[in-house]
Order: sequence, then C-alpha cells, then structure tokens
Amino acid sequence: MRISQKFEELKDKNEKALIAYVCAGDPDTATTPSIVNALVEAGADIIELGLPFSDPVADGPTIQAATCRAIEAGMNTERYFEMIKGLEVNVPLVCMTYYNLIYRHGSENFVKRCAEAGISGLIIPDLPLHEADELIEICKEEGIDNIFLVAPNTSDQRLDAISSKSSGFIYVVSKLGVTGEGKNISSNVAGLLDKINSTLPKAVGFGISNRKHVEEMVAAGADAVIVGSALVNIIASKDDVIPRLKEITKDLKEGCR
Amino acid sequence: MNHYYGDYGGQYVPEILMPPLQELEEAYEQYKADPEFTSQLNDYLENYAGRSTPLYYAKNMSAKYGIKIYLKREDLVHGGAHKLNNTLGQALLAKFMGKKRLIAETGAGQHGTATAMVGAKLGFETMVYMGSKDVKRQLPNVYRMKLMGTEVVSVETGSKTMKDAINEALRDWVTNVGDTHYLIGSVVGPYPFPKIVRDFQSVIGREVKEQVMKVEGRYPDSIVACAGGGSNAMGIFYPFLDGEVNLFAVEAGGEKLREDDKIAYHSASLATGEEGILHGARTKVLQNRDGQILESTSVAAGLDYAGVGPELARLAETGRVKPCYITDMEALEAFHELSRLEGIIPALESSHAIAYVTKMADSGILGDTVVINLSGRGDKDLQTIMNMEE
Repeated sequence: MRISQKFEELKDKNEKALIAYVCAGDPDTATTPSIVNALVEAGADIIELGLPFSDPVADGPTIQAATCRAIEAGMNTERYFEMIKGLEVNVPLVCMTYYNLIYRHGSENFVKRCAEAGISGLIIPDLPLHEADELIEICKEEGIDNIFLVAPNTSDQRLDAISSKSSGFIYVVSKLGVTGEGKNISSNVAGLLDKINSTLPKAVGFGISNRKHVEEMVAAGADAVIVGSALVNIIASKDDVIPRLKEITKDLKEGCR
Repeated sequence: MNHYYGDYGGQYVPEILMPPLQELEEAYEQYKADPEFTSQLNDYLENYAGRSTPLYYAKNMSAKYGIKIYLKREDLVHGGAHKLNNTLGQALLAKFMGKKRLIAETGAGQHGTATAMVGAKLGFETMVYMGSKDVKRQLPNVYRMKLMGTEVVSVETGSKTMKDAINEALRDWVTNVGDTHYLIGSVVGPYPFPKIVRDFQSVIGREVKEQVMKVEGRYPDSIVACAGGGSNAMGIFYPFLDGEVNLFAVEAGGEKLREDDKIAYHSASLATGEEGILHGARTKVLQNRDGQILESTSVAAGLDYAGVGPELARLAETGRVKPCYITDMEALEAFHELSRLEGIIPALESSHAIAYVTKMADSGILGDTVVINLSGRGDKDLQTIMNMEE
C-alpha cells in the first residue's frame, strides 16, 4: 500500500498515524512476521522494518542491540526481501537501513527489489539530502518514497530543500541525539513542526515511547508518530512478547485518535 | 565546495551533523590563514610538541641494506607519536570556535593521549571513546589519559575496537553538537575532517622537504609510511604529491590476507577493500558481500581499522600512492631489528613501514634513498610484544 493512500484514509477518519519500527530478524527471521502481524492487528498504520547494519550510528543502545541479535541470527539482504515478500499485511511497509547496504547491493537493484517486495518507502539516516540525488531519481522511477529526516538544528534553508525533495512523509527527529526511549519529549517540537513548509505528513520520532508522548506530539501538530525502542525492548525481554506488543500498540494508537 | 576526492569522500552523516560540519568547514577556512591562529599553533608546535623533528640518517641499517635510509622522527613528538600535530591544530580551532568540550576515538590510545594532552593544556572537558578490547591491550595509555584529566569510556558494542569507538563518538556528537568538537584522529570521516587532519599533519612532509634538500641536495626516491586511517601517510606524502617521489602506503597484513563473513584477518583496506560508505565517507572498506563492515585484525592497534581515508583511497586508485602490506610477523622482526641496529624502539605501526623497506631494499623499486615516517615510539607496545613472545 502507498504511504499517501494510508494518510488519506486516516485523514477521513480524523486519526493520526502510528508508525511502528522493529528490526527485521530480531530475534530471528521466522518470528518477525508474527510480530508484524501483531503490530498491525493492534493498530499500527505503517510498519518500519529495519534492515540491520553492523554500524548503526544513528541508533541508541536498544536498537543497536536488536541489530546485533538480528545479524547474529542470520538476517541479511536476501532474507530481508524474501521475508517481506511473505508478509500478509495490508499496510505500507517502509525499509529503514544505512546507506552502505544499499550502495553495496547497487542502488538501482536495491530499489527495484524493494518495489518487487512491496516496500513503499526508504529511510536512510546516514544519507543526507545533498548525497541522495542518484537515489532520489531511482526511487522516482520505481515509485518508492524517499523519507528524509529533519532535526531541531536543521537550518530553514535545508528544511525547505528537504521538504521539496521528500515524499511519503517527513521524518521529524524530536531531539538532538540517537534513537531510544526518553522520559520527556522536547517542548520545541511544535516550533519545528511549524517551520516545515510542506503538504507532506510530518512524523515525529526518536524518544517516543508511551501514550502521553503520543498525545503531546499530536497536540503539537504531528501527523504521525514513530515508535521503535519501546517495542524493541519488549521483543528483547522475550517475556510474553506478542500480547505485550499488542497491548502497547493499542494504547499508542489510542493516543493517535 | 567540493567534498570529494574523485569518487571518494563526501558527508554520509545524520542530518543533525550537517550544521556542525558546515560550521567546522567555515571556521577552518577562516582561521587557517588567520595570523593569530597560525602564530599560536606554530608556537605550540615548536615549544609544546617539540618540532621540528629530526630527519635521522639510519647509518647502520643503511649499511646492512645497501640503500640510504632516513627516519623522520615523529616518535620524538611530545606524547610519542605524530598524533599531537593534529590534536593541537583541531583543539586550537575548537577554542577559536568557542567549543567547551572535546571528544575523540582512539585505537592504540595514541590519539586519545594526544587529545588528553591538548584537552588539559587548552582547558577542555575531554572524553575519549575506546573499544574495550583496546582498553585491555593499551592500559598504559588509558592511565596516561586519566592522569591528564580525560574521561575514558570503554566501548562494549560491536567488535569493541576503534570502529565501534568512532560509532560511539559520533553518537555523542549527535547528542551534544552545540558545545562539543569531535576531534577525529585520522584522515577519515565526513568532509572536512579528511582535509583538516591532512593539513595539520602536512607539517611532517614540509619539514622533510627542507631537511632532505639540506643533506642530499635532492628529494628522496621513495617515501614509505604505514597506513591505518592514513594520517601519518597523508601528512608526509601531501607536500610531495606534485613531484616524482615514489610514495608507499604500508598496511597491516595481519595474520594473512583472508576474510570470512565477519572477520578480516588483516586491515589492508586500500589493497583489498571495496568501495563503500563507512563513518561518513565513501572510501575503500573491508566489508562482506552484503556490505556489513568486517572486524579488522592487526598486531598494531593503530592500524586496526576497516576503512581508510578517502583521499588516500583516491591516490591509490590513480596510482600516485602504491598500497602494500606487511604481516604481523614481519612487523615484529622489523621492530627488533631497528631496536638493535639503531637503538630506536619503533611503534608496531611504524614497524610495518620499516619492514617494507628492509624487505624491498634489494628489489630496486625503492631507489637508493628512502625516507621512512617513523610515526611513533614503541614503549606502548612492550606489553603486547612480551605477551606474544612468551
């Protein structure tokens, strides 16, 4: 499903989107589909599936550890696409990974395989806009959205450039730092959201881990929230994983209504 | 501004790091020609670092191998390695930029030590990230850093070596961009770091030019330097790039030139790596078929890195610099030989460069006058060597 289609659906229902991140292959390739199913069943609107990279510099300890577990358990680019092809969920799927894995695979080839597997968008945290010209062209041809990140310290000039080159949604990083659960979300997010001059939906991520955060972000003007580490921590606990994932997802989604 | 060397280089970093990289580039372009900045830096280089360093004619070694061998004595720089040339420059730049805090990564501990020195001297809060494996094998350097007031953070993630220390330092920088300067220790990372570090290290090559003209009346036939990230190599090569001098970058051949899906049993990224993106730059990288970065291996912690500076990758591609490698065992032999023949105990990193010269002296490819960059002294390696020889 296209990302834009999902946002239109939600607009009609007057809801915001819950984007759920998990690392593909954590704890193993066989379990990921049942995790994705549980998240979608409990209300996740878009699934962001991490393709694990050995050196994830934009991620905090929780997602680093998930990445390690997944690589150890044998997740790789081939298996990632195979697994995604086998998923039976009707929500947009977004691939989150680091640029070397794409570059190594051949950007054109990688994007084609994303399209074949049913992936709708790409998030590459170590590929800033000015290095992405080639990939943007390839993605356009294949109908894959390029989701760029903006941060609290991004200049107005770059905000405009990034907005104009993004598709799908704009990933708004809530804080200076890496991914990971936080106690409080910066009060400046509203200001950042206001500054982004775009018709695209704005999704806030980094440090969002409970319903209170979600409600704050929705109040601040977010069209979507991205939750990762809070879910990954449940997977890492190996304790009653599926029921607990469903429970937190339902609660987070309530915050989007 | 062009951020590339041929196809290598660039800025592959999270968006949060774009403003500080831009700020750094502008500040560097502004201050590098500023009389106040250059006069302070030159004063520190002379009176704190102890420059210029001698170009020493290794007479006994020359006699044994039948060619003229000169050693550029960077081992005599305060702290015991060339690393201080760069940390003085960058810390002073950070001071001019109004930064309050320095962070750095270190492998062998030499760059961490050189950062701790300037942190103490120039009054920064200083934090050094070091893989926990390296913390164990370089304990004296860890203690040296602590003595100078630096906090050493042992990194437990990934392969627990320098690659992971850089990851952790980048994460710190992303979190503390406002008041912190990331003092990268080699010619690696996103632009402008490869250029800044190369420029600050070029003092080595500029001195060699003058010194060798004085004693030989001409440039050497060859210059040989070890290369991990490549800072001492770029530093001595750069002023000679325009001429005819043969430039050899000696990488760590480790145990053998072999890789599996997770580990390279060497660190020869110039000689055997493939194009990829690591730590913010497109360069030659040791990686598996999927693009996962391999754990590298070397007896010399300072060469133990899966990537290499993008400018060096470009120079190797055009053929201006010749990449080559030396195994752990060959480096160890050279370590002993220089100690016995000249009374100079070289760092295990620099021992790779020495080993290449002794190995190739007969072949003719080096010509008859060679300068080796003796990038550091070997005191830090004594424990490693004693353990190996037990």
